[in-house]
Amino acid sequence: MANIIIGMRLGLSPRNSKQSSTSNESQSQALAISSDSPRLIKHVYDAQDQIFRTVMRAAGSSVLVIMAMVGIFLALRASEALGKVGLGFFTIQAWEPDSGNFGIAAVIAGTVIIAVIAVSIAVPFSLGTALYISEYAPRRIKKFLITLVDLMAAIPSVVFGLWGFFYLQNEITPVAKWISQNFGWIPFLSVQGSDPNDPLTSNTIFTSSSLIAGIVVALMITPIVTSVMREVFSQAPIGEREAALGLGSTHWGMVRNVVLTFGKGGIIGATMLGLGRALGETIAVYMIISPVFVIQPRILENGANSVSSLIALRYGEATQMGMSALMAAGLALFILTLIVNFVASSIVARSRSGASS
Amino acid sequence: MANTEIVEEQKRQLHGLRIRDMLTTLTAATAAISATGFMFAVAPLNGALSFVLLSYVLFVAFYALITALDEDREGVKDRVASVIVRSAAVVIFSALVFIVVFTITRGFEALPYLNFFVEDMSLAGPLDPLTTGGIIHSIIGSLIQIAIALAITIPLGLITAVFLNEMPGKYSRFVRTMVEAMTALPSIVAGLFIYATAILILGVQKSGFAAALAISVMMLPIMIRASDVVLRIVPSTLKEASLGLGAGSWRTAWMVTLPTARSGLTTAIILATARGIGETSPVLLTSGFTASLNLDPTNGPMVSLPLAIFQFVKSPEPTMIARGFGTAAVLMLLVLILFILARVLGSDVKISKRLAGLLKFRRGDK
Repeated sequence: MANIIIGMRLGLSPRNSKQSSTSNESQSQALAISSDSPRLIKHVYDAQDQIFRTVMRAAGSSVLVIMAMVGIFLALRASEALGKVGLGFFTIQAWEPDSGNFGIAAVIAGTVIIAVIAVSIAVPFSLGTALYISEYAPRRIKKFLITLVDLMAAIPSVVFGLWGFFYLQNEITPVAKWISQNFGWIPFLSVQGSDPNDPLTSNTIFTSSSLIAGIVVALMITPIVTSVMREVFSQAPIGEREAALGLGSTHWGMVRNVVLTFGKGGIIGATMLGLGRALGETIAVYMIISPVFVIQPRILENGANSVSSLIALRYGEATQMGMSALMAAGLALFILTLIVNFVASSIVARSRSGASS
Repeated sequence: MANTEIVEEQKRQLHGLRIRDMLTTLTAATAAISATGFMFAVAPLNGALSFVLLSYVLFVAFYALITALDEDREGVKDRVASVIVRSAAVVIFSALVFIVVFTITRGFEALPYLNFFVEDMSLAGPLDPLTTGGIIHSIIGSLIQIAIALAITIPLGLITAVFLNEMPGKYSRFVRTMVEAMTALPSIVAGLFIYATAILILGVQKSGFAAALAISVMMLPIMIRASDVVLRIVPSTLKEASLGLGAGSWRTAWMVTLPTARSGLTTAIILATARGIGETSPVLLTSGFTASLNLDPTNGPMVSLPLAIFQFVKSPEPTMIARGFGTAAVLMLLVLILFILARVLGSDVKISKRLAGLLKFRRGDK
C-alpha cells in the first residue's frame, strides 16, 4: 500500500500502480512455493518507456547518420571529378578543374606543412602551460587558469585571422628575414627570388607565408592541446607522486618520473588531436596565405596553400565540375582528419585507463 | 640544557617566496639584459624579438649558474625546469590575452558610433565614414541562426547525452567515439556537407536556415560531450531511488536526472552556443552575402557576425577594416558574456544546492 502512495506522489500513472499491486499478490503466492530455483529476470518496459528508449536510440544514431552522410554525400558529389581525373588526383599539383587538370598534391602538402609548423610550435608551449597549471600553479588561481584556457578555446577563428593578418604579419617579417639570412643554408628555411643579404630587398617576400599561418594556427590549437594534457597530468596517481617525493626527489624529479611518465600517452594523443584541428583550420589560414598551386616547402617565403582555404577560395566561382572537384578535396580532408583523430583518441583513451588503475 | 635551546627554534617557512630566490631571479635577469644590450651594441644584431629571445636564453643560463652555487645537480635541474615551465605558461597566456585586447582596442574606433549598432550596410558604400552604416543585419542574423541551431541541437544533443548515460553498452560506446570524431570535423567540411545535401539536393536556397543547419552540425558534438560529462556525475543513488520507487526510465530521466544536472546542462548549452556563434566557414558556404537586414531565415542570404567581419576586412578601405574590428569586438564580447554566464550558472554551488533542496522538498513534503 505504501508503495502505491509513493508511486502516486511521483506522478506515476494509476495503471502503473495497479500493476505493482498485482505483482505484489503474485509474489505472495510465489512465497508459498518452497523450492528455490533460479528464475529468469525479465525487464518489461511500459509503453512510455518503450517510446522513450526508441527516441533515445534514434537520437544516438543521428550522430552516426550525420557522419555517414557527410562521407557518402561528399563521395557522391566528388565521384564526377574523381572519375574524370582518376589517380592523377593525388599527384597533380595544379587546380584547373574545368580543363580536367587538377589534383590535391599541392594543397595537401601545404595543409600538412602548416599543420606540422603549428603543432611543433604549440606542443612545447602547451606542455609547459599544462604542467604549470597542474603542477606548479598556486591552488587559488588554478581554477581560474583552467577557465581561461577553456575561454580561449572559444575565441572565434576569424579573430585569430584578424590578429595574424593585421599584427603578426608585420612583426614577424624582420624575424623571418633574420632567420633566412642566418639559416638560409637549411633548404626549407631558404627564400628564393630575393637575396636575403641585400638590405634593400623587399619585405613582401616574407609575408603570407606558411610560417605565419602556422604560428596563428598554433595559437588556435594551444588551448585544446593544453586542456587535454592537463587533464591527463592531473590523473597521475597520487601514491607514486608521494612515493617519489618521500624518497627525496625534487619537484621536477617527481614531475619527470611520475607525471610525465604516466602522461606519455596523453601527450602523444593531445599532439595528434591538435594536429587534427590544425589540418581542418580554414578562415585564419585563408586570411593570411596567398595561395600557390605548387608544393612549396620553403616556409618563410610568400605563398602557401591548404585544402580548406582552397574550398573557401574557389566555391563561389565554381562550375559544376569545379564544385565536384572541391567536394573531392573536402572528402580527402575529411578522411585525413578522421584517421588522425581516431588514432589520437584511442591513444588518449588507453593512457587514461592506464593512469586510473 | 641543550634541549631548551631547541625549543626556542623558530617555526620554519614551508612555502611561499624566499628572499633568496627573488634575489637570484633579479640578479639573473639584470645580468641577462645587460649582457644582451652589450651584444647588441658590438655585434650586428637588431629587432625587438631577437633581443627578447637572446636575453631569455641568457637569463636561463645565468639562473642555472647562480643556483649552482648552493644547490647540487638535481637542485639546479629542478629550478631551471620550474623557470621554463612558468615562462611557457606566461607566453601562452599573454599571447592569447593580447589577441583579445588587440581586437577590442582596434574595434574601439567603430564602437562609439550609435549607428554602428542600429543600421545595416545597405546604404553605406565602401568610402563612407563610420558615421553611416552598421552591423545590425549581422547581429540579428547571428541571433536568428543561433536560435534555429539551438532549437535543433538542444533536444537532439540532450537526448543523445541521456542515451549515452542511461543505455550503456557497445552501441553507446561506439556512438561516443563517433561524437569525439565529429568534434574534430573540419568546419569547412560541415559547410560543404550542408551545401551538398540541403542546397544541391533538397533545393533549399542559400539562406539563414541552411547556415543554421551547418552551425548545428558543428555545435551538436560539443553539446553532447559537455552534457555527457555533466550527466555522468549525477549520483546513481538518486536514479536508483527513483527506479526503486517504481518510476520508469523516462520518468527518472525527466524528473530526476535532468533537473539534478540542470545547471551543468545550462553550461553545456552556453558553451556550444559560444562555439557556434563564432563559426565562419560553414556560414560562408551556406548563407550567401548581403549588406541589408534580412529577418526571414528561409528566404534570401543572411549574414552573421563572423561572416560580416570576414567581408569587411577583405576591403582595403581603412573604414571598412575599422568596421571589421568593431564587429570582432562585438563578437568577442558576446562570446565572453556567454562564457561568464556559463561559469556562473555552472559553478554556482548555492544554486545547485538550492535546487537539490527544492527537489527534496517537492518530493518529500507535498
